[in-house]
Amino acid sequence: MSEVSAVLTLAHRDLIKLLRDRARIVSDFAFPLIFIGILGTSLQSGFGPTSNINLLHFVFTGVLAQTIWQSTALGVISLLMDREQDFSQEIFVSPISRYSIIFGKILGESLVAFPQFIAILAFGIILGVPFTLEKIVALIPAALIIAVYGGAFGVLVLSRLDNQRQANQIFPFVMLPQFFLAGIFNPIQNLPWFLDILSKIAPMRYAVDLMRDVYYAGGPSVPIFDLPTNLAIISAEFAVFMVLGTAGFVRAERNR
Amino acid sequence: MIHLEGLTKRYKKAERNAVDGISFDVRAGEFFALLGPNGAGKTTTISILTTTLSPTSGAATIDGHDIVREASAVRRIVGIIFQRPSLDMNLTAEENVRFHAILYGLYPYAPSYGLMPVAYREQVQGLASLLGIASEIQKPVRTFSGGMRRKLEIVRSLMHRPKVLFLDEPTAGLDVPSRRTLWDYLRTIRRESGTTVFLTTHYLEEAEEADTICIIDEGKIVSFGTPERIKSDLVQEYVLVDAEDRPRLREELARLELRSDGDGPFRVHVDSRHTHAALRAIDTPLTLVRTHMPSLEDAYLEIVGKVSE
Repeated sequence: MSEVSAVLTLAHRDLIKLLRDRARIVSDFAFPLIFIGILGTSLQSGFGPTSNINLLHFVFTGVLAQTIWQSTALGVISLLMDREQDFSQEIFVSPISRYSIIFGKILGESLVAFPQFIAILAFGIILGVPFTLEKIVALIPAALIIAVYGGAFGVLVLSRLDNQRQANQIFPFVMLPQFFLAGIFNPIQNLPWFLDILSKIAPMRYAVDLMRDVYYAGGPSVPIFDLPTNLAIISAEFAVFMVLGTAGFVRAERNR
Repeated sequence: MIHLEGLTKRYKKAERNAVDGISFDVRAGEFFALLGPNGAGKTTTISILTTTLSPTSGAATIDGHDIVREASAVRRIVGIIFQRPSLDMNLTAEENVRFHAILYGLYPYAPSYGLMPVAYREQVQGLASLLGIASEIQKPVRTFSGGMRRKLEIVRSLMHRPKVLFLDEPTAGLDVPSRRTLWDYLRTIRRESGTTVFLTTHYLEEAEEADTICIIDEGKIVSFGTPERIKSDLVQEYVLVDAEDRPRLREELARLELRSDGDGPFRVHVDSRHTHAALRAIDTPLTLVRTHMPSLEDAYLEIVGKVSE
């Protein structure tokens, strides 16, 4: 019971941090809107007529998944910043389990990602991305799975890093290639073999594909893997990331 | 209450041990001061005792709980004031305290102060008024001065009624009035709750109030005992005497079996309690009597100086 309370407390703290940090709210919402509004719209108006799918919808679903996934991943990595501000000392000397700390952080960052999910969804509707109520309802659990999956990836990365500066340096290499390997804006069906391997390694790919499984259900065959396949891969990777990441993080904390 | 045995820590890639095989005991209710210059291994010791750092070798227990195998039990009974403040600046003072209380399993989670149990609210108000920050408790920590932040950390650390309160250089960065009031509060808290206090400091006047002082340097114990014992062990206490007739005085000192040295004036090695008796026993008319009673600071400088030589 006290572990549940602790998880809720850590999550609550993350939500408060988001609400009190206006600059972060703006930057969190700006990028997805730029990607969808400018990139998605221009791709559709330029190449859309010759393509057999709507490129705005394609970019929209990709960015939606990417934003949620990346938001929780980066959020979990902010535990590093806590360590530098010495707040995590306070968390780490408390008698709660290390797993609760990680779970609380993932839950908190998923809650933080949720307003972004709503905002992007609303923006998509304004731009004319077609939705039915059932589809919106179906997207919510998908978004949740993607958020938690991103959090687990964050834990894995976190366990390999020493400080925030290192995180800032490594992030362009961990995140940016995944934008393209995951096929947010670009097709990844017929990649050369070496890019295909990299693409299949990139965890973000499965988050994006899962989102498209749900969005395009019963429509054009845009997703690469079907829903059960993506879910299976995500579950397996989630378990591996969590075990390796948490164990590594706790060890790194104590064996300096 | 606290037991250390051969505790050793060598950081990764370090050439020497930060803490090098230290052993000592701290009794329940004691005010214990770990004193030493910067880099002596004080913070490392506290980090190991509070389970945030693994020892390389050796063992330690707090209230019978092994700090490695029963880390969770140890965390439950200790409170810590870190060297650098560990408050969350995005939160209000009360939120910092509330999150601590919930993390320690004292109260179930509730999303706001108003929804927390009455017992919690009373406890927070009680501690906050004890430390004189009751009227600011709902304000953001960002607006707090250094002294207020320290007080808030004390309020927070006392919420779970720790058996041992660790304070890692708690007055670093505080001005003199804040420092003084902080000590007054700690004294009150100790008197009222009987908490064992484990303090690290490099300020001597703070250690001088302790029941036991342990001086460490370069990870090793240099001196251990009550402030008086450390003084008498490490710095000579003596009475400087002189007379017109030095040979007679020397002979008399020898006859009285008073240990002395010098060719006049003579240093007579007696502790302060026996000075009067010693002086009365001397018949030779004295021309000079000067007692030399070193402060702990003298002793400390001498010890640290000796070691670094």
